[in-house]
Amino acid sequence: MTFPHHRHAAHCESGVISNLVCHHGVPITEAMAFGLSAALSFAYLPFIKLSGLPLIAYRQPPRSIIRGLGKVLEAEFRFETFRNPAVGQARLDELLAQGHVVGLQTSVYWLPYFPEDMRFHFNAHNLLVFGKEGNDYLISDPVGEQTVRCDAASLSRARFAKGVLAPRGLLYTMQKPGVSTITPRVARKAILKTCRTMLAPLPIIGVRGIKTLANRVARLDPAAHRSSLFVGHIIRMQEEIGTGGAGFRFLYAAFLQEVASLSGMEMLSGFSDRLMLIGDGWRAFALATARMVKGRDALNPVILADLLRDLSRQEEVFFRDLKTALN
Amino acid sequence: MDLQNVPQEGNKTLGGYRKAVYARDAGGHIVVAASNGWEVEEIVTSQAVEEMRSLAETARQNAINGLSSTLEYWMYARRMDLLLLAQSTGIWRWRIRRHFRPEIFARLSPGMLKRYAEALGLAVQQLQRLP
Repeated sequence: MTFPHHRHAAHCESGVISNLVCHHGVPITEAMAFGLSAALSFAYLPFIKLSGLPLIAYRQPPRSIIRGLGKVLEAEFRFETFRNPAVGQARLDELLAQGHVVGLQTSVYWLPYFPEDMRFHFNAHNLLVFGKEGNDYLISDPVGEQTVRCDAASLSRARFAKGVLAPRGLLYTMQKPGVSTITPRVARKAILKTCRTMLAPLPIIGVRGIKTLANRVARLDPAAHRSSLFVGHIIRMQEEIGTGGAGFRFLYAAFLQEVASLSGMEMLSGFSDRLMLIGDGWRAFALATARMVKGRDALNPVILADLLRDLSRQEEVFFRDLKTALN
Repeated sequence: MDLQNVPQEGNKTLGGYRKAVYARDAGGHIVVAASNGWEVEEIVTSQAVEEMRSLAETARQNAINGLSSTLEYWMYARRMDLLLLAQSTGIWRWRIRRHFRPEIFARLSPGMLKRYAEALGLAVQQLQRLP
């Protein structure tokens, strides 16, 4: 049994949902799914801890891509969570027997096919299940190039992991595909929403959030072991956890370029180029940080904070201009 | 990022996987490209993995020297911390901290041991021992 709509993706949620929507006959790219759901963001949430380090996100919270895309395409998804793992597994089997392709939220840690060094307790991973053979589920995990298998016990464990963002066995299916053409109007609306998020008047969100993080980094003690872990953690969130590079900035640039081909949206192609350059700036920040983590350069929080402040300024100008261009 | 700049230097933490990144091709189109890995990612991931390994190693030494129970070792070996273990078992943190004391851990009821073992994905006998 194969799943013809498996495509390699940068990010699990946009990958899963674009592949699922394609399976239901609406051809859509990962970038389009990501952009239309207005998933690009920045959030620095020091009060939510992952292994003692603050949550730093370059995108909207889990499930918002699925919900956002459903709204834009007028498609319907059905979400189900479970208290009891046995019931959750039985429901998955039932849906598969009915011929559904089923989306799941899982922990990364308990998935045996993940590389050992990538298995962290991160609970908001997404994948598609397209069949079952014997005791193995057939899985389209878009962060991998090929489809994989996972035994029932491990999958159940991954679906019912506890902790921050616990999936509670969440599964989802597509009930109604909705519209299949993307109009300039919906694209414009989605882009303006992202501009609003990035320019939000809150100190922990968007360009202000980047600035707050910069101030936090500037206060780090260069001699403390913890400081190195803190800055390394920022880069992991930005580059390692499936972002397509530069904390989703390249992915969003791909979306802007795709929208630029719609009538009346040609000016977005210039914005796409600009965002690619800003993305290169994020990559330069990652490189500078990694060199300090590795000890090739001395840890210098002030330099890193300045790089972040500069990125915050660039993005502020970028999203202001983008907003003006669309209004 | 241009297509020829997509890092292909390899990243041992990817375990042979390639990851999708977005880059610009010669015609200016942004496309998905498979990357063998970037050293930057390898450095920060290894740092996180190494940190957890060292916490587990310290806990193992403490368990050998009778300063801590095997529960603390297994918590770190499973890449958890106190907060996550508390959330996974439904046992309060101060109680878990108490169970890190070897003499108290040795007296735990079979039911309590089973709760820990299940949350850590272990058999009860494994939980009571070091690997």
